[in-house]
Amino acid sequence: MKINVPHVAKLANLPLKPEEERKFEKQLSEILNYFEKLKEVDTKNVETTSQVTGLENVTREDKAINSLTQEEALSNTKSQHNGFFKVKAILED
Amino acid sequence: MIYKTVIGLEVHVELKTKSKMFCGCSADYFGKKPNAHTCPVCLGLPGALPVPNKTAIDWCIMIGLALNCKIANFSKFDRKNYFYPDLPKGYQISQYDQPFCQKGVIALSNGKKIGITRVHMEEDTAKLTHQGDDSLIDFNRSGVPLVEIVTEPDFETAKEVVEYLKKLQQIVRYLGVSNADMEEGNMRLEPNISLRELKTQNSKLKSELPNYKVEVKNINSFRFVEKAIEYEIKRQTEILNVGKTPVQETRGWNEDKQKTVSQRIKEEANDYRYFPEPDIPPIRLSEFQISNFKSQMPELPDLKLVRFTKNYGLPRYDAEILTREKELSNYFEEAVRAGKTFEVNAKQITNVIINKKIDIENIMPAELIKCIVISKKINILDNKKLSEIINKVINENPKAVNDYKTGKVQAIGFLLGKAKQHFPKGDANQIKIALEMKLK
Amino acid sequence: MELNQLTIKNAKGGLKAKKFSSVELTKACLEQIKKHNRELNAFITITEEDALEQAKKADNLASQGQAWETKPLLGIPIALKDLFSTKGMKTTAASNVLKDYVPEYDATVVKKLKDAGAIILGKLNHDAWGHGASGENSDFGPTKNPWNKEYVPGGSSSGSAVSVASDMCIAATGTDTGGSSRQPASFCNIVGLKPTYGRVSRYGIISMASSLDSIGHITKTVEDSALFLNVTAGKDANDATTSSKPVPDYLKDLKKGIRGLKLGISRKDLENVDDEVKKPFLFAEKQLKDLGAEIIDINLKYSDYAIACYYIIQPSEVSSNLARYDGVRFGSVRQNFGEEAKRRIMLGTFTLSAGYYDAYYRKAMQVRTLIKQDFENAFKQVDAIISPVSPTLPWKLGEKINDPLKMYLSDILTVTANLAGIPGLSVPIGFSKGLPVGMQILGQQFSEAKLFQIGHAYEQTTEWHKMKPIL
Repeated sequence: MKINVPHVAKLANLPLKPEEERKFEKQLSEILNYFEKLKEVDTKNVETTSQVTGLENVTREDKAINSLTQEEALSNTKSQHNGFFKVKAILED
Repeated sequence: MIYKTVIGLEVHVELKTKSKMFCGCSADYFGKKPNAHTCPVCLGLPGALPVPNKTAIDWCIMIGLALNCKIANFSKFDRKNYFYPDLPKGYQISQYDQPFCQKGVIALSNGKKIGITRVHMEEDTAKLTHQGDDSLIDFNRSGVPLVEIVTEPDFETAKEVVEYLKKLQQIVRYLGVSNADMEEGNMRLEPNISLRELKTQNSKLKSELPNYKVEVKNINSFRFVEKAIEYEIKRQTEILNVGKTPVQETRGWNEDKQKTVSQRIKEEANDYRYFPEPDIPPIRLSEFQISNFKSQMPELPDLKLVRFTKNYGLPRYDAEILTREKELSNYFEEAVRAGKTFEVNAKQITNVIINKKIDIENIMPAELIKCIVISKKINILDNKKLSEIINKVINENPKAVNDYKTGKVQAIGFLLGKAKQHFPKGDANQIKIALEMKLK
Repeated sequence: MELNQLTIKNAKGGLKAKKFSSVELTKACLEQIKKHNRELNAFITITEEDALEQAKKADNLASQGQAWETKPLLGIPIALKDLFSTKGMKTTAASNVLKDYVPEYDATVVKKLKDAGAIILGKLNHDAWGHGASGENSDFGPTKNPWNKEYVPGGSSSGSAVSVASDMCIAATGTDTGGSSRQPASFCNIVGLKPTYGRVSRYGIISMASSLDSIGHITKTVEDSALFLNVTAGKDANDATTSSKPVPDYLKDLKKGIRGLKLGISRKDLENVDDEVKKPFLFAEKQLKDLGAEIIDINLKYSDYAIACYYIIQPSEVSSNLARYDGVRFGSVRQNFGEEAKRRIMLGTFTLSAGYYDAYYRKAMQVRTLIKQDFENAFKQVDAIISPVSPTLPWKLGEKINDPLKMYLSDILTVTANLAGIPGLSVPIGFSKGLPVGMQILGQQFSEAKLFQIGHAYEQTTEWHKMKPIL
């Protein structure tokens, strides 16, 4: 099994250096080969488990509570403007 | 060549819950100070976890029921993974293969049925504004509950689309779950439009959908959706006519230019890597709970319209106006109840409401009935009876008549008083005018 | 005995009896940190001033006769794995991406610990984001094993294990997604707990793999572990996956003994365990038998598939959980992820991607069901299952760093508990070649009290947990 590393990196929004790409291609294909052993397991009609303790129907009442202040919300960003978070323009006209 | 238009619709309706979908921040973000309605959850801070809003789920199910959907016994949230600066977690919590509601249908006035593919629950993204070289992000909208309603590609004209949208808007407003205001962005539409060549006598080809579709975004009024669809039909026809296939893409409606423009040609392979949201246990609904929802559904506009025409004997046109908004229809029915004691009937109330454009927020139904009663009493003085009485008064009071005719105009007050004795609740003005006419 | 060497229980006793103050106790820990942290690299952030101030307050409360009932950790200095969000205190996830991040809120567990009166000494090193079994994946340098500084202390809760084992604090928090509390505890000769999934709130603790993450802790004794869980366990309105099952008093049955309890061993799974580990384990088995436990052979049919299953589910969820780190609202750009985080993001993105989801993620979630059923069946026969924590002794720093698959395989005995959502308690059972060996006791979901009962009974007959490394 081989991974199309640049494609996956793009999906993951993860810029990789060429040497990282090479390294990961080798390592990940080794790991994926190891995963092949799962094929031995017959999972026909087996349900998946995503909530391991079987919890269901956990919700909260529709009640509004206090939010962070604008200053708190922005306290960890390096890029802000007039109370907004700021990023480089993402749409070109 | 002749083409048939194929249109499907995705509509997002923002719910007007008090709090957001997965946290306790206020969901009322419109016009608020930026980033002042946020918390670790809706900002996607490290370690924060979502807890779903019960009311939002209930309302999503109610929308599904209103659209005649099947409600799932077992449903779950999924993560839709993609990167965009308005998406704080790098994924949107949505529903993938097990939405709350599926397989509904809604009928248009021409009898055509539009299939509802699914109605599911998700969270809104932050609001981006573009300013020169920068994009500014306000997370107040991030996490506001959003219900997505997807139709089958059953529409053939812009008119059908608009009718459906108005109907949908009416329904969610009836349910009281959203303001569904297009300009404020509570209701957002994304039609996908394509054309297929109409080949007669070839049943196999007939059922085939075109191999592309164009999605149009940035439409914030019913007028624009009509224009955008019509523009697309024209644009795509021209492309098809020269033997090409329109590009599958997302376009935006540009009102200034009166056309759609390509938004992101570099359409990345949409691989959302959906998987079950591990932070939220699934939702199971028993048949009992589902039937409970059904019994709690308010009367919806279509049924109300039928009932109004039947029970109140109203013409369809009138009933339609009265049921357009729930508030007005409730007002009407309250007025009908209040009118019973005063023998004011539904028809009269309808006429007043429709013709006089009553301000239902400021005139209570009981007050309206009072007005009608008063105006009704005035009209009761039919002219035949009135002229009889006036003749009688003139004959019985020759002196006063003479005084009036010789210039003592105030003598009319005496005559008026005599006439009014016969119509204690009558309109003095009307009697006076009738008297004057006679005395001329 | 120095104050910093005390257990929670003994420290509490001393504080209550006014033999010493919380300030003195806290100072003793801070002294030890100053002496040895440079070499062991257990702490990322030390909050000395804040800790001393809190200790002063604790002493005040204690002198006013403040009820110990409501503050079971009053004046006890502890430290937090740096995945636990602390309001106003840097929380780095041991990654360069978050090296300057200061949370605006406390994790639920942090709040509970503070409410219980605990003194926070600082934030502990670990494999960045919890990714690792050796502590070497920290962007702030590896933590060293106090028993032999050329060896790894285990991971990912490396700093937690090392800080407790070297008496820099009385107890520490940890997380356990695939063994991250149990394995470093076993490598450092102390007690590590992985509670049942959903027993302790995850809210505010930086997520690794949401369906597997358990919030644990590391202590010097089993009794301390029970005491600590009494504080942290319970339903949290901010974590939808926490259970609303009532929380028992974990100290209540602690001393009941284990006579007549049935303990299961999967012999098949011992085949891949090194002799240096197997020997102390088999000896522990004998000691348990001597205490009156009945040993029963069990068969975990699908345990061979656990690593493949785990290393699909976990990176898949990791890839999604790490998507929020885009440098916009906090932290820095994605290029700054360390190698292991990048590797897992890549692996998980791939296993979730179109065309591969069914073969990997979905398949793994099905195998997970089979593994869970394996345990459910076993627990029809036995009260608990015992096994070594790690198939090997601690290894040398750098030994496996370039072979990720080999590193992953070292989790073989611990990941099953996370896949099945069951609790596991790791206790010291001796030494080989001067390095500690640990045993884990696994039980049914929500059976922590029973695990403490077994662990405590064992601990009472041995002296291993009292052994201290020479620093």
